[in-house]
Amino acid sequence: MEHIVIIGNGISGVTLARHIRKLSDKKITIISAETDYFFSRTALMYVYMGHMKFEHTQPYENWFWKKNRIELKKGYVKTVETKSKTLYFAEGDTMQYDKLIIATGSKPNKFGWPGQDLEGVMGMYHKQDLENLEKHAPNKEVCKRAVIVGGGLIGIELAEMLNSRSIPVTFLVREDSFWNGVLPEGESGMINRHIKNHHIDLRLSTNLKEIKSDENGNVKSVIIEETGEEIPCNVVGLTAGVTPNIDFLKDSEIELGRGVKVNRFLETNVKDVYAIGDCAEQHEAIGNRRPIEAVWYTGRMMGETLAQTICGNKIEYKPGHWFNSAKFLDIEYQTYGWVFGERGRPEYEKHFHWKHNDDTKCITVAYHKDTKEFLGINTFGIRMRHETFDTWLTEKKDVDYVINHLPEANFDPEFYSKFENEILKAYNNQLQTA
Amino acid sequence: MSNKLNHSMSLAKPDALNISNKQKVALAVGVIGLFILVLALFNTNFPNKAVFLSLSLGLITVGTIIYAREAYLTKLEGIKNDGVWFKSISSRGVWGWIVGVILTTFYIVLYFFPKYLGLGSDGEANTGLIGLFDPLSQLLSGRNASQWFVYGTLYTVAILAFGYKFILKYRHNRYQQLRTVSVMFFQLGFAFLIPEFMYVMNNDLPYYDLKSIWPLNYYIFDEWSVNGFLSNGNIGLALLLFGIISIFVITPILTYKYGKRWYCSWVCGCGGLAETAGDSFRQLSSKKMSAWKLERWLIHTVLVFSVVMTTAMIYTYLGYDKNDFWLTRGVFISLVIGFLTLVFVAVMFFKRQELGKDAKYGAIGFSAVIALLLIMHFTGTTEHIFYIKAGALRSAYGLYIGSIFSGVIGTGFYPILGNRSWCRFGCPMAAILGFQQRLFSKFRITTNGGQCISCGNCSNSCEMGIDVRAYAQKGENIVRSSCVGCGICSAVCPRGVLKLENDSMKGRINPTEILLGNDVDLMDLVNQK
Repeated sequence: MEHIVIIGNGISGVTLARHIRKLSDKKITIISAETDYFFSRTALMYVYMGHMKFEHTQPYENWFWKKNRIELKKGYVKTVETKSKTLYFAEGDTMQYDKLIIATGSKPNKFGWPGQDLEGVMGMYHKQDLENLEKHAPNKEVCKRAVIVGGGLIGIELAEMLNSRSIPVTFLVREDSFWNGVLPEGESGMINRHIKNHHIDLRLSTNLKEIKSDENGNVKSVIIEETGEEIPCNVVGLTAGVTPNIDFLKDSEIELGRGVKVNRFLETNVKDVYAIGDCAEQHEAIGNRRPIEAVWYTGRMMGETLAQTICGNKIEYKPGHWFNSAKFLDIEYQTYGWVFGERGRPEYEKHFHWKHNDDTKCITVAYHKDTKEFLGINTFGIRMRHETFDTWLTEKKDVDYVINHLPEANFDPEFYSKFENEILKAYNNQLQTA
Repeated sequence: MSNKLNHSMSLAKPDALNISNKQKVALAVGVIGLFILVLALFNTNFPNKAVFLSLSLGLITVGTIIYAREAYLTKLEGIKNDGVWFKSISSRGVWGWIVGVILTTFYIVLYFFPKYLGLGSDGEANTGLIGLFDPLSQLLSGRNASQWFVYGTLYTVAILAFGYKFILKYRHNRYQQLRTVSVMFFQLGFAFLIPEFMYVMNNDLPYYDLKSIWPLNYYIFDEWSVNGFLSNGNIGLALLLFGIISIFVITPILTYKYGKRWYCSWVCGCGGLAETAGDSFRQLSSKKMSAWKLERWLIHTVLVFSVVMTTAMIYTYLGYDKNDFWLTRGVFISLVIGFLTLVFVAVMFFKRQELGKDAKYGAIGFSAVIALLLIMHFTGTTEHIFYIKAGALRSAYGLYIGSIFSGVIGTGFYPILGNRSWCRFGCPMAAILGFQQRLFSKFRITTNGGQCISCGNCSNSCEMGIDVRAYAQKGENIVRSSCVGCGICSAVCPRGVLKLENDSMKGRINPTEILLGNDVDLMDLVNQK
């Protein structure tokens, strides 16, 4: 029986395993050094905040794996020898595979800051990071202040986590507005204000120079690059993005770039070795997507797709319309299609922006300035229907159509206030003045 | 690392949950209010009962209100679940157990030893806790309090005070607010005040909470109750007819349009308490597959028991004599069997596909009921049904289901089993509504395409123990008989994935393998099966 070995028990690897099991009777093994069972990485924050216990982040009960004959192996793969199709574990044992899938995800970026390996400096990605945070920041007495470096999605989640335990947070963001590499100006500005409303000390256009140590090798303070200011703190969160977690493949014959290089079939240069999820890097980007997509949804889609190929129905990874979502403290964010921030915005892309008076809800609709084709939407504080926008993007609706039909896409709970009329009015006004 | 030993992954439970000074004062105020009740329980003879009762209930309410305002109005609007699994009371810690034991003990005394609460027997005056409530009862209906009046008052105060707290907690969510105002209204008006006023107008009428529908209200068709209605002319007859119409006409229509939530989380008193005072315990319900299996057996067994019991009750007091009344035992038993057969055949005819394996269990259940009814008809005598004394069945139901299950376990175990264990495992009304919700209703929780990140907030906060995530992460709508439509899963979802809605029946149940957002050809290929 063919032995399929998957390194990594995240959403990509587990989705792949589940789908292979649906399609075939192959022997499946999932390897992880992080945890015994699959858990939702995006939910780690809720464990620290006390909304859930760790076991609640596990989407399947523990009997699920045995019932579906998916073997789980806890171990750290040290090297991969593709010639003999052998994995060597740090624990000393080995494993043979027929097909190998690398789904090892990411690790937090470190940019060589002095002091970045001190006790109390951590990313927020692995379960071990959470345990580390619990150790260094159990409460505001032990952790008098935390400094977060890097203004992305993980950074703001870490800020929310610490905030839930009343630990003062200083949030260093390199850009001049939060996440404005992705978000257009109006939205990014609104989130800046929302962060400050939560009494988080947001420092824009601010870089980290170094992290200082006390006599025991623990974090004592950070120094700001621009001003030289020293901020005393007990925890430093490094959340300046992630990189593929592929160091263990350095000496293998598998071609690496920043991630594991794959073609559209998610195959590497070595036969019977594949890569999916955060650690996979496309030779050429697909559409507007980045070559490396470190997103939950794309990991899942690659898993769904590769299962077909492995079970004999070879198909390309051909993702549909882009979508994503996040939550910035209390404000939910969803995006469908493409809406670019200042950086990297195509010259044909124009925006219509509407923001509610209460400064917690806004939308940005992107469209083609000549054809008026609807390109995408960012929505904050108003839930929208994925299916509706997916259809509109496929049918290439124009921006007028979309704005006029927004009520069809509303996904807010029943009895919520509706803003479509206000949005339509703003849209019509803007057209008149433009 | 075992999570059993170390819930929060720290040596000590995180202690950043200190309450503010204002909250400490609020707690003190509430506890003093409760303490007056305790003093009364130990037969303290208060000089002016009306004053002390008002003081007690007032302090409890004011304490809760101040506490809630300080907890929620000092923060921005949003989800307020920080530390729920750290707090002792809401994570089965010491306080959880203490409260569980106190509540359970209270229920046992209430149901079985009301004299310890001070109920005067043989015309003696009330003393103790029940005596303390005499002034309020006198004011409302001109009679002394009973243990049920005390219970009803405390129950109503709990729903009102904690309802206020809940409204503040979800002040960004109008669905939650309206729903809570609704249960507060129905509790205060329908369960508490109207029955008292009805007594004032006509004191022969049996107690009747209009919103409490058979089979939840299992005693409405008891002989004393029916006689009570029938001996009170048109108003009594109208009330009895309303009781029958409620279950056979009103309930199916509303459930078809809105799902069972119209009752369970908007109207029902049990639901009302669960959603307000019980809100802090919703995360404690078990989401295991094994719990779901147990639930399905248990709740349907109770339903069978209640149907057979009610039929048997009515059967015993119907006469044999055709001249006496058109509804003889023979006619009645035929009607019941006919109705059940009609429902069974209709479901098998229209919904056989959807039922799948469950069809077999349905058929077994149906056959069991019919067999029981026939055995009863052919072996029953005036005094005996199923070879046991008539009335024993009804007493057994009242004791084991009505008292122990719904009260002692259902509410007493809030801090242990979660706030809906009665609704989930026992309530026969919920079973009927759920059966309909699953098969003939426009209601569902829609999953928003491929946006789920499997975080588990939805499942964690489901008081009915539904593993909501299991559906959401497959892109599948949630159509479950047990869902009471409280809407908290939708509220806590960080990615806007869930929406409660009433839409057409078509495409309501939509199992998928590949989620929206992937290759359209792949979706077609895999999902078309």
